[in-house]
Amino acid sequence: MSRGKKMGKIVAIALNTFRESIRDRIFYSLLFFAVVLILFSMVLSNLTIGDPLKIVKDFGLGSISIVGTLIAIFVGIGMVYKEMEKRTIFIILSKPLARWQFLIGKYCGLSLTILVEVVVMSILLFVLCFLYVPQIPWNLLYAIIPIFFEILLILAVAFLFSTFSTAFLSGMFTLSIFIIGHFTRDLKSLAQTTEDVLFQTLSNVIYYVLPNLEYLNFKTRVVHHLNISISEVMLSLTYAIFYTIVVLLIGIFIFQRRDIN
Amino acid sequence: MTDSIAVKIKDLKKTFSNGWGKRSTIIKNLNLDIMENEIFGYLGANGAGKTTTFKLMLGLIIPDKGNIFFGGKPASDYKNRSFLGYLPETPYFYSYLTAGEALDFYASLFDMKKSLKKLRVEEMLRLVGLDHVKDLQLRKFSRGMLQRIGIAQAMINDPKLLILDEPMSGLDPMGRKDMRDIILKCRDQGKTIIFSSHIISDVELICDRASILSKGKLQQVIEMDDRQDNKNSTWEIICRGKVFDRSTIKKYGNIKHRATGNRHILSTVDKIAANLIMEEIKNQDLDLVSFGSRRKSIEDIYIKSVGVEGKKNG
Ligand SMILES: Nc1ncnc2c1ncn2[C@@H]1O[C@H](COP(=O)(O)OP(=O)(O)O)[C@@H](O)[C@H]1O
Ligand SMILES: [Mg+2]
Repeated sequence: MSRGKKMGKIVAIALNTFRESIRDRIFYSLLFFAVVLILFSMVLSNLTIGDPLKIVKDFGLGSISIVGTLIAIFVGIGMVYKEMEKRTIFIILSKPLARWQFLIGKYCGLSLTILVEVVVMSILLFVLCFLYVPQIPWNLLYAIIPIFFEILLILAVAFLFSTFSTAFLSGMFTLSIFIIGHFTRDLKSLAQTTEDVLFQTLSNVIYYVLPNLEYLNFKTRVVHHLNISISEVMLSLTYAIFYTIVVLLIGIFIFQRRDIN
Repeated sequence: MTDSIAVKIKDLKKTFSNGWGKRSTIIKNLNLDIMENEIFGYLGANGAGKTTTFKLMLGLIIPDKGNIFFGGKPASDYKNRSFLGYLPETPYFYSYLTAGEALDFYASLFDMKKSLKKLRVEEMLRLVGLDHVKDLQLRKFSRGMLQRIGIAQAMINDPKLLILDEPMSGLDPMGRKDMRDIILKCRDQGKTIIFSSHIISDVELICDRASILSKGKLQQVIEMDDRQDNKNSTWEIICRGKVFDRSTIKKYGNIKHRATGNRHILSTVDKIAANLIMEEIKNQDLDLVSFGSRRKSIEDIYIKSVGVEGKKNG
């Protein structure tokens, strides 16, 4: 079989997954939630002291990150589990399709969904900033692109859990990894101040195994116009891509071997 | 004639974990050959292991032991599913897709040209009589309509082998007839069909061969033609008339006679007695309604082979 045909099947699964998620009500409710959040930043900027534009940017970037992550978790945990729960998976996997093709197709489809969401929210934030200062804040992209890659990483983690666990547990696990992922460095420094060997080992394991999501957090520096080198951003993105691929491979490895009941 | 075997199942074994480290054996050392271009009925009570066998064939679940081959090629390789169609037991679909979109999606999982894909989708919708609801979302479909979409997706690639899990379930009498006609037409086109059922008459009507599965073991494989020569077949004659004078045939003790109003039902296992009855009907100027040999039904065979275990159970 040629590579083109293999890709064709993955594309078919991806497009179908994309179509499914944008016809799903949860997509619109979360998108609506994001719009409300971003608009709320305007109210907030009027109420607090300080540069209103900075507050809008800060709050807006935060909203994109949080809502995007929520979508990744909500759609990601359902990725495999829902297909099993609703038993739509039997027909798909009875076709001449390798299981890895099915998984990669699903992942790409959901990534596309998230891309749409991030783009919509970013445009909204840009428009809002433009209302304050008539000038397109391109430098926000230094924060938004890493956020997008962080969400893709979270999506991969949600997907990994969903290949062997229930939707609820996968959601809890993924959320914990998202939270811990933002504090691994703090955790490590905290552990170094204590004498507890067990805690130190544990925090070391967490530090080296779980993703360090702070690598992808450029929000504060972007908002406050601090210097960011392109190479630093590229390095962070490479880290995210590498981590995502490893997680996806583990997911495929597990899924390849399990019974579909 | 090894080249005419469509499906070969060899020493197949499957266990499931039932928690606490214990495993129950659902398929026990199954061996079965299905010939090309035959309709094979896979009979068994609920829970016998029919669906499990099919899932093993499709690679949805992985056997503990044994092998399955499609035309000599291992079933475990997904590429060998290109010429296969599968209808799961009560099929489920993406409810947000329309009938047309769903079939188009499944077609795109085969190496099919775009133009051919479109043609096949239309053709399949016509085949199952759903072309008028092509643009309706599947969540608005009834159970029977979904079953029809199920058969349409199974045949979208014009498969050589069809595996149908309880294809008649959820269908009304008209739907059952349509399904039988589709299966028979597939055989005329040279396809091999294997379908499961726990309803004997479905199997009896169209199968070339049938097997009986009970508790994960193959009890028996029945050639349908065999049953006709069976010594135990019974002749049944129905005629109409005020009275049936039995005086001349009395000496044949093994004739049963039931009368309801004008209707007389006579049955015997003796061919000579049957001929005599026919003569009497002519002599007495009665109206012949029907004459036939009631073959020993699969039901009898089924109950005989499963019954012992069934009784132990219930
Ligand atoms: N995933 C599973 N885990 C444990 N037991 C199972 C599983 N799937 C099927 N079984 C058991 O295997 C037996 C056969 O099931 P099945 O193949 O669906 O029967 P049939 O299709 O003939 O009605 C049943 O007793 C069922 O409970
Ligand atoms: Mg079944």
